[in-house]
Order: sequence, then C-alpha cells, then structure tokens
Amino acid sequence: MQIYLPIAEVSVNAFLLLGLGGMVGVLSGMFGVGGGFLMTPLLFFIGIPPAVAVATEANQIVASSFSGVLAHFKRKTVDLRMGTVLLIGGLIGAAVGVMVFNYLKAQGQVDLLVKLCYVVFLGIIGGLMFFESLNAIRNVKKGKPPARKKHNWIHGLPFKMRFRVSGLYISVIPPVIVGISVGVLAAIMGVGGGFIMVPAMIYLLGMPTKVVVGTSLFQIIFVTAFTTMLHATTNFTVDIVLAVLLLVGGVIGAQVGTRIGVKMKAEQLRILLAIMVLAVCGKLAFDLLVQPAELYSIATGGH
Amino acid sequence: MRILTSLCAALLLVVTAAQAKEEIVLGLSKDTVSINTNFDGSEILVFGAVKRTGPIPENPPLQVIVTVAGPSEAKTIRRKEKRFGIWVNVDAVEIDQAPSFYAVATSTLLGLSLTETEDQRHKVSIPRAIRSVGAPDNITDSETFTEALIRIKSASNQYQLNEGTVSLDEQTLFRTSIKLPAALTEGEYDTRIFLTRGGEVISKYETSIYVRKVGMERWLFALSRENAFLYGLMSLAIAIAAGWGASAIFTVLRR
Repeated sequence: MQIYLPIAEVSVNAFLLLGLGGMVGVLSGMFGVGGGFLMTPLLFFIGIPPAVAVATEANQIVASSFSGVLAHFKRKTVDLRMGTVLLIGGLIGAAVGVMVFNYLKAQGQVDLLVKLCYVVFLGIIGGLMFFESLNAIRNVKKGKPPARKKHNWIHGLPFKMRFRVSGLYISVIPPVIVGISVGVLAAIMGVGGGFIMVPAMIYLLGMPTKVVVGTSLFQIIFVTAFTTMLHATTNFTVDIVLAVLLLVGGVIGAQVGTRIGVKMKAEQLRILLAIMVLAVCGKLAFDLLVQPAELYSIATGGH
Repeated sequence: MRILTSLCAALLLVVTAAQAKEEIVLGLSKDTVSINTNFDGSEILVFGAVKRTGPIPENPPLQVIVTVAGPSEAKTIRRKEKRFGIWVNVDAVEIDQAPSFYAVATSTLLGLSLTETEDQRHKVSIPRAIRSVGAPDNITDSETFTEALIRIKSASNQYQLNEGTVSLDEQTLFRTSIKLPAALTEGEYDTRIFLTRGGEVISKYETSIYVRKVGMERWLFALSRENAFLYGLMSLAIAIAAGWGASAIFTVLRR
C-alpha cells in the first residue's frame, strides 16, 4: 500500500515503514539504544530526503524511548538523578549541534562529517565493547569472578554526587560531558545517541548494565523531543505521517525487545550490540572508501 | 522613409497572419492534479486539434511538441573526488533555475522537429530548460555538472524526453500522455504545445496544470509551515501517546 508523505513529498510503501519501525523497535528495547543510527541510514536508502529523515527520526525515537522507559520504571531500573544530570548536558549539546549542522550544511560537507563521525564513534565503541564482553564471557566460563570496579582518574574530580540507584558516588563532570557529546550527535545525526551513551555509562561512569538501559532511554526522550521541536520550527522537516508509521511499528517492537532484553545475560546483550555497531560502521566506511556509482549530487538552493 | 516603415510593418503583419494560419485547440484530461494520502503518481492526457483557415500545407510535414515543466528553483550540484583516501565533495556548481519536473514529448525525433535556433528561443529541450549561469573560475567543465543533473533527474523520471510519443492523425488530431512520478512538488506546471514545420515553430499554445495537496496532506503541510510550534507539539504528543499506549496494551496482555 503506497502512501504519500506530505512533508517529504515522496510516496512510499506503508508496510515497509511499519516493518522497519518494528525491527528497529525490537533492537531499541533490547539494548536501550534509540535505534536511530540504524533507522536514519535506512530511511536515506528508501529515498526519504536526508533532512526529513533526520528530523522525523528524532520524533520517532521519542515514542519508542517513552514506551521503553515505562517498562523500566516498573522494574525500578531508571536512575532519575543520573538521568537528569545527563539531560542537562544533552540539552546544551543539542543546541550546539544544530548550530554546527547549519554551518556545515552551507559548506556542503555535512554528509561527509556525519559519516566520518559515525565511522569513528561506531568503530571505537563497537571494538571496545566487543573485546570487553568477549573477555567477560570467557571469565564467566572459566568460573572467575567478574573484576571489581577499579578506582580511576574519574573518581578524583570535584562536585561529587551520590547516585543511589546506580550505587555510585562520583563527580557530576563526566556525566555532563557525556550528555553534551550525546546531545551534539542527536542534533547532527538524527540519533538518540544511546549507542554512545550506553557504553560511556558502563565503561566511563561504571554504572551497572541493568540501570544503564532505562536511564539512557529516560535521557533520550527529552533530548530528542527538544531536537524535534528545533527541526520542526526552524527547518519544517518533521513528517508526522512518516513518524506515525515508524512509531506504530517501533513502540510494539520496543515492548517485545525490552522483554527479550530482560531474559538475556548482560554480556550477551553487550556483544550483540557490539556486533551490530561494528556492522553499521563497516558499511559506512566501505561507502566512503569505494568510488560511488554517482559522483555528483544535487542540493536544493544556491548560496 | 515613413511609408517604407509602414509598408514593412504591413508586410510583417501579412507574414505573421500566414504563419498563424494553423492554430491549436487544446484539451487536457485534467488541469489539476490532487495529491492525497494514497497518491502514487499520475498521468495526464494532452490532446487537441489543429484549426486551419486554409487547406493542409503539403511540405514540410507538421510536427507537435508538448512540454510540461514543474516549478523552478536554484540547485547546487556537487562533485566528489578522492581526497586522503575517501570520497568527498570538492567542486560545486550552482544552477540558477532548474525545473523540479520536466517532460518533453514529440511526434518525431526532437532534432527533426526543432532547429537549434528555435530550441534556443523557446527553451524546449531539457538542457535548454535549465538555466545555469557561469561556474566558478576553477571549474572548466561546468557542462558536466548540468549533464549530471539531467542524468540523476532522468533516472528518477523527473526529467523525461519521450520522442515519438505524440500521435498525430491526418496532420490535425494529436494526443499524448505525460506520466507524473509519485515524488511531485506542489505548484503550477507550465504546459506548452508547439506546432512546427521544417524545424520552425509556427504556432504555440500555453496553459497550466495545477498540482496541489488536498485533504489531510494539505492540512498537515499548511500547519507545519504556518504554525510550526503547534505542529511540533502535536508530533510530540502523538509520539508520547503511542509510546504510552503500546506500553499499556502490553501490560494488559501480560496479565
């Protein structure tokens, strides 16, 4: 069934969008990532204009994250305090990100930078996570107890705060910085930033994996809602019909995903996420390195 | 001198009258294209007849050209080059005016229907319909950028050259159909019909087809432009409601 999208001004298959939403929704619920880093490139691929894809994806992430976070609230796996600290950073970052985005758009280099960011971030994070979780799985098999959290330089910073749900007593500086960088990414790439935040929370802040997912979803809701409003009022690129189709599939998928996630071991969850992140990274790197079939591209408007 | 001028003017009038002997009477299957939710492209039938005051001239034969052009806008064409091992946008050329959609349908090969001079005057062929002002000094092959625009737009049926698709009966009745793709921009689509003999345009007719969104599409589009803040809030409200709804349904299902 073909459906015409009023803002994107293209006609696409409604079931294809529902399916994509559902598939990404399952992953979103399982890993606590918004799924934007998969969905946005997929939307480009089916012919949605990039500006519309980025803005609409932000809106869709609001829905799937909201659905996911409710499930986590019931199990009390959301650290509201940590979430709020991350959120403050996130809003600052999103505002900065929109400015960077507009500057690069004028230069014609926004695609390249977005892709390079993806490759670098996804590569590093995916690689680190993959090897770490592989080691963890090996240790569990050998019957070794998991290594205790070590005190590193992060514990020496000032402005310490107690995060009871996470069982942490650390400075607020690292979470705010994590929040800012995630906010920048959310605005530029049309992603929630969960794929950066989840590993950062685990490895940098030392939060327990079970709390990480809910807290990350909590923060993502607000940052993507803010981004959606920015795009809707400045670029007019939020396509509500596209968003509804994606989120109907997405919210159902997220519920299923959350339930799968609970049943799996933390190490397995992490290694699966790592493999997925590396796959997307590989695909994007390949596209940058290999000569594209069409060297020319059309952008609307002059200087 | 004065007499000579008026004589020339009179002569010119006679010539013009002789050329305008064949005129176009046009019909369109529809003059508005409505984009609703299940819009998936459209087809417009352009048909008509040639009205004459005298007998059908023998030679050269009559040819018909139909063009449909969507609203024009400025475009920037960028070209990738390999730098530091990766492909990046390096050169850019601005195209002053390029139609969002352009179709040319002819009764025979375009080159046979129209001389180069006439093409230049009436801007009929696809490259002529695109107006591009000078490229920056460092780019010497600016025409490859225009070619790229045509190539990319043609691949998605946004630009069409349909030679020999206008059927012409008895040098009087003509008809053709223009396919509009699903990805269509709103606006006024200028439709022109040319009658040519020996490559010269002997008659021209212009009309417009209106492409516009209707119903929910219209309403949402207008809201997103005129009341963006409200539109944004509505998008968020729907997102939150859907997220909460799905969660509530699943909670019930699990019991």
